[in-house]
Amino acid sequence: MAQLPNTKSMGGVARQGMRRLPLNATILAPLVALILLFVVSSIASEYFLNTRNISNVLRQVSYTGIIAIGMTFVIIAGGIDLSVGSMVALVGVIILYIINTISDPIQAVLLGMLAAIAAGGLLGLFNGLLVTRGRIAAFVVTLASMSIFRSLALYFTDAAEVSTRNPLFSNVGGGFFLGIPIPVLVFFGLAILAHILLFHTPYGRHVCAVGANAQVARYSGIRVERIVLSTFVIAGICVGLSAIMLTSRLNSVSPSDAGYFYELDAIAAVVIGGTALSGGRGTVWGTVIGALILGIINNMLNLTGVSPYLQGLVKGGVILLAVLLQYKRA
Amino acid sequence: MSEPILRLEGIGKAFGPVQVLDDISLSVMPGEVIGILGENGAGKSTLLKIISGIYTPTVGTIYLNGQIFSALDPITARFHGVAMIPQEFNLIPTLRVYENVFLGQEVRRNGFLDHADMRKRTQELLSSLEVNLDPRLPIAQLSVAQKQMVEVARVLANDARIVILDEPTTVLTDREVAVLFRVVRALVAKGVTILFISHKLKEVKDLCDRLLILRDGKQVELCETKALNEEDMARKMVGRELSQIYPDKPPLDVTGAPPALQVRGLSLKGKLTDINLEVRRGEVLGLAGLVGAGRTEIAETIMGLRRKASGEILIDGQTVDIRSPNEAHAHGLAYLSEDRQGKGLILSFNVMQNITALSLKRYVRGFIQHRAERRRAEHYQQRLAIKASNLAAPVSLLSGGNQQKVYFSKLLDIDPDILILDEPTRGIDISAKQQIYRLIRDLTEQNKAVIVISSELEEVIGMADRVLVIREGRIAVELNGDDINEEQIMLYAAGARQHANCERVGDYDGTIA
Repeated sequence: MAQLPNTKSMGGVARQGMRRLPLNATILAPLVALILLFVVSSIASEYFLNTRNISNVLRQVSYTGIIAIGMTFVIIAGGIDLSVGSMVALVGVIILYIINTISDPIQAVLLGMLAAIAAGGLLGLFNGLLVTRGRIAAFVVTLASMSIFRSLALYFTDAAEVSTRNPLFSNVGGGFFLGIPIPVLVFFGLAILAHILLFHTPYGRHVCAVGANAQVARYSGIRVERIVLSTFVIAGICVGLSAIMLTSRLNSVSPSDAGYFYELDAIAAVVIGGTALSGGRGTVWGTVIGALILGIINNMLNLTGVSPYLQGLVKGGVILLAVLLQYKRA
Repeated sequence: MSEPILRLEGIGKAFGPVQVLDDISLSVMPGEVIGILGENGAGKSTLLKIISGIYTPTVGTIYLNGQIFSALDPITARFHGVAMIPQEFNLIPTLRVYENVFLGQEVRRNGFLDHADMRKRTQELLSSLEVNLDPRLPIAQLSVAQKQMVEVARVLANDARIVILDEPTTVLTDREVAVLFRVVRALVAKGVTILFISHKLKEVKDLCDRLLILRDGKQVELCETKALNEEDMARKMVGRELSQIYPDKPPLDVTGAPPALQVRGLSLKGKLTDINLEVRRGEVLGLAGLVGAGRTEIAETIMGLRRKASGEILIDGQTVDIRSPNEAHAHGLAYLSEDRQGKGLILSFNVMQNITALSLKRYVRGFIQHRAERRRAEHYQQRLAIKASNLAAPVSLLSGGNQQKVYFSKLLDIDPDILILDEPTRGIDISAKQQIYRLIRDLTEQNKAVIVISSELEEVIGMADRVLVIREGRIAVELNGDDINEEQIMLYAAGARQHANCERVGDYDGTIA
């Protein structure tokens, strides 16, 4: 079983990490872009470096960032998940229903959060089973489930916003720990876990193998379908986490607006982070950087008073630029 | 035959500091067949890519059709009739034969595609090649050899004057090779120039008028084919004396122990009927036969990659139920696929990640021990002489021979008892082949059982202690001793000779369990 690594092997892991991770163009380019963006933003607006602003940006980023981490696994394994945005709304509705039916506030919050993770995992399983057992392309499956999940959320609530009077729930997404917003801690903590899973365990290696060449993976005794299925479950669980953070922050969920276009932000973060959309390779750090880049751009455009109608144009431009740079290298 | 159609003068190419091609000069007449020989990495591909306009030479001049170029681009090269038939075919599997033949130069009438005319002209081209093939078939339904014929037809439709054949025979059986050679001779008769690359010296000797031999990017020989015998060619390519290519076959000591692997009455729906075979420890069993005879299917069924209709598999005398490659690996079986790039290696993975793909569990103590993986890879790098400057670089950057060694390392790393090697030396050069043959014998000396599936008769004959000839999903014959020769194998493989029941031919000094 997992031994506690001694200091020597920790150093080994770190050195390995240094050697194989950041210092190649795939991850260096987004990192340089992020630093540049940070410098430019701090010059462009005096409010940018304000602690409160930074804290808000990070919190805003973490909702889609958490989802993007799950999406990274799906995309590396050669799939895509378009349903995550609608899944946020559906899971959000489920959370609040459960919290509102349980009278004890502590129990309500705990069960609500558990249910969110379970529901996210199950919805991911639904996607994954259709992709693996049903042999339908991931794009098509999740395009359909995107529509199904949103529709269910609207039906259950009659399209009305659901809110809760639970006095504790808002502390989860709205609270701080050591001065850092809890969603941000969850985001970074999840990123560390995901990185370890992807680079330091056989599972992660298998995910890459399946995405790079499913046939070779099959001939190597890797259970290709199981791996693909699991990546959708991971994405679903990440959606569950994100839904907890989002609904508790607002203490409510709007079935029509919650998670709207999150799938695009999540995919954009993954792509900007240098993960190949064709699968087979990618990094969690890249995705984190990609999410931060998108968040800072949004914030800077707001701070400098750029028309909100133009923000989509800037975001789209950044995505194109990132992909163009990647193709140049390839 | 007065003017050369292609002349190269002092062509050199460097990638950064690495000189991959140095001072190549060659002049080719219309209708000539030039063989280009060299080990992997000798610069053959680079030279061909310069001729077909993909690479720009660093120095030198190219005269093509009487015009002078310092460099070609693919469009100019194609305009002047240079066409390449690559090893990996560039056909679109979902389109039909005639659509592929005319891809990019579709025949139009009134702005719309003229399907009838294209079908007719494709039929004519195929008949002129004496190939019997329906132009309306989708490419996906064709055999490898048929696909190659479609490539040839496409080249003809392009009115090519210089055709580059890059190791065209690696994927063909001997009979298909004969057909291809007839087609090549038909092209030559039309005045087409052929540049022919192959690792098979015998073919080169049969087909080519002149030879260009490259070694480490330099031109070591340009002469009439007649002037050299096969040994001379090999020596010039390698630059040293080649000792015997195939290691000696040690005498088999037959013990009473049950065979390492035994297959009884194996059938696979539509593919295999009643396959019986056994292989002992220390023995190399050869599986010969035409492409599509079912040899690969036998291997894949044993490995649990295909679901057998009936039959049983015994390992060391014990019946086993193998339903997945994982279970096969657990029983000490390992399979080297004929499709190195499609089923064997993950090209975007590095050497270490590929080698540990089957054995990854052994490198996990909580997390993957990357340093242990690297040490293991270094071990194989030394043991099999894998030429890789960087173990962390993707294996796609390695030459075919080195990729194959990495693939072997991947199997060896689970320490299998029984190895099934499907075309173990496909597309690799002579010295790498020799190393792999040596390795196979080392394995049998370590008391492992080896099955070699090969379309190269020479290889089966040189390596196998016993040979099973497979035809149309059945075992046609078992050959032993002196009966393992080209003539016998071909007779049975092609069905010219049949036995009522599978028979053993030749002196076999062992007892049959």
